[in-house]
Amino acid sequence: MSKYRLDYLDELEAEAIYILREVAGQFEKPALLFSGGKDSITLVHLALKAFRPGKFPFPLVHIDTGHNFEETITYRDEMIARIGEKLIVGNVQDSIDEGKVIEQKGKNASRNALQTVTLLDTIAKHQFDACIGGARRDEEKARAKERIFSVRDEFGQWDPKRQRPELWDIYNGKIHKGENVRVFPISNWTELDVWNYIRRENIPLPTIYFAHQRDCITRNGQLMAASPFLNMDDDDVIERKNVRFRTVGDMTCTAAVESYAFEIDDIIDEIASSKISERGARMDDKVSEAAMEERKKGGYF
Amino acid sequence: MDILKFITAGSVDDGKSTLIGRLLYDSEAILADQLEALHASNRKNDDGTIDLAILTDGLKAEREQGITIDVAYKYFETDKRKFIIADAPGHIQYTRNMVTGASNAALAIILIDARKGVVEQTTRHSFLVSLLQLPQVVVAVNKMDMVNYSQEVFDNIVADYKKLAAKVGLDNVTYIPVSALKGDNIVYNSANISWYTGDSLLQHLENVEIKIDDSYAHARFPVQWVVRPQTDALHDYRGYAGRVASGAFKVNDRVTVLPSGVTSTIAKIELFDKEPAEALAGMSVTVHLQDNVDVSRGDIIVNTAGQPQLSSVIEADLCWMDTRQLDTSLTYLLQHNTKTIRCKIREVVYKININTLEKDYDEDFKLNDIGRVVLRTAEPLAFDPYQENKANGGAIIIDSRTNVTIGALMLRQSVE
Repeated sequence: MSKYRLDYLDELEAEAIYILREVAGQFEKPALLFSGGKDSITLVHLALKAFRPGKFPFPLVHIDTGHNFEETITYRDEMIARIGEKLIVGNVQDSIDEGKVIEQKGKNASRNALQTVTLLDTIAKHQFDACIGGARRDEEKARAKERIFSVRDEFGQWDPKRQRPELWDIYNGKIHKGENVRVFPISNWTELDVWNYIRRENIPLPTIYFAHQRDCITRNGQLMAASPFLNMDDDDVIERKNVRFRTVGDMTCTAAVESYAFEIDDIIDEIASSKISERGARMDDKVSEAAMEERKKGGYF
Repeated sequence: MDILKFITAGSVDDGKSTLIGRLLYDSEAILADQLEALHASNRKNDDGTIDLAILTDGLKAEREQGITIDVAYKYFETDKRKFIIADAPGHIQYTRNMVTGASNAALAIILIDARKGVVEQTTRHSFLVSLLQLPQVVVAVNKMDMVNYSQEVFDNIVADYKKLAAKVGLDNVTYIPVSALKGDNIVYNSANISWYTGDSLLQHLENVEIKIDDSYAHARFPVQWVVRPQTDALHDYRGYAGRVASGAFKVNDRVTVLPSGVTSTIAKIELFDKEPAEALAGMSVTVHLQDNVDVSRGDIIVNTAGQPQLSSVIEADLCWMDTRQLDTSLTYLLQHNTKTIRCKIREVVYKININTLEKDYDEDFKLNDIGRVVLRTAEPLAFDPYQENKANGGAIIIDSRTNVTIGALMLRQSVE
């Protein structure tokens, strides 16, 4: 017997690789949900470690709201070319055109809520039985209670009261036809762990994570990137700011923070001393105290 | 820096949520927006201070009912260590949740209310911690403020608990007098308890030594996935991907593949672009064997010099986790590491009344029941006794009709 010898990043990495390989071993048609954010970029890096020199046993799936930061799409396409894996894109615009969802109106309109429908349709169309995602338990209270293998019914619903016990490192991926499992390999990572890992592994990131100049407006006390996707009126004043983004989602619901963190070391210092949690910069979680719980029950990621 | 996973056992009444809240709050693991939400809440302690318990109850459904329905995971760190708390409710109807939380923890904090001392649920929690073989236990005697920080009260509880620890077979127990509500001995040592000179709870969590089993005798490598690129350049590449469950492997080790019994030698260990000479417990690697043998997912590679038991009639401890009771006529699925096979619970030897630790010979095995069973598997299982090697001794039972995990097995020995 000896003391723990694995450094925490090695341990988290080994756990995530183990979970990814369990997905490969247990499911017939898995997919990796890729948002272009740092967490899903980390997942892709972990998948390289899990499966190279072989190919990924799953495609990457991007649910595209059409309201993306341009930098995210550039990054996505470059990354796909670099790793040579398959990408499937599900477009929220298609769901709108097909009449399955209706675009929100008004000042706070966002396509964030609509993407759940596109996600479920994409899962159904390709008959995915497992979807790997980059959610972490430290992000939010509802996520803190979710399993690593989280079973969803055919409506994509999460039922917090009927979760399967998850014992040791044994993940039960058995499901009925029509159900699917959301798998979260970096459940046990914190935001800072992800950044420290990205630094250690030298993983390239979209440029919007680093400080840059951008036209912004202030809404509900938060800085939003001015864009054609944001419904603006005369009350909105555009200001040029030095900002960066802590999470990368739809342009209409992802807030920027003022920052002069140009390098990854600066970002890590900034987060370590920050007093605001990461999801504090997500308008979608601010709606109510139980916002995430309700959305997850409805099939959200 | 390493990671310590721990579980807290106790009920709402013992101040468990307050204790976790206090740990997070005093170690400054709560961020401003979360703090803002905390202060905005209507729930306050009697003296008007914020109710730290709010930090741990997550779901709307729980807040409405004022209960904790499931295991919640909390994360914090200090300069010395990273911590993952599995917060499981302590009521008897949630035994399965505590077993779930304990299965992944290296340490348990057992809470005792200083006013009540060792009670029925203390026995239950201690038994479960022993059954799940957690290497370290902290008995936190809470609400010391309510007994005037009395050393005598604390000493009596320690004496009582020592008898219980001996009865359930718990070693490595550390006793700390605390008040989660007032913050005594949680993060900071307390002037109110000057007669106690040991570490505060957090200091103890930071410093306690958790050992891993890296012996070659327990070298176990369950194969998860076979990497076969089958490209022109890598035509003959055949790597076995998995995580070392326990023990250690090194290049040139003589190994046996189970259940087939075929032997070979480790030719190479890969970790992406690195080739370490040794793979230790917990590491996810890809292993290459010298010989072209048939190995697939579900097989386990072990050191030939230290082999596990191989049997299809196995005695085990079982915790039942489903509302449908155990049916000895049914065929269930058993998942052990990466292997899933059919099994039947052939016999219930006895159940344990986990409040009194008495044996019960009633054969109905219901939700939250724990006892000794004999199971029969469709193929031989390569396992270690859970008491000797947790990593290769735990298994789950799945109901093949519902696909739900319905039981936790701690395998004991072959009774073939």
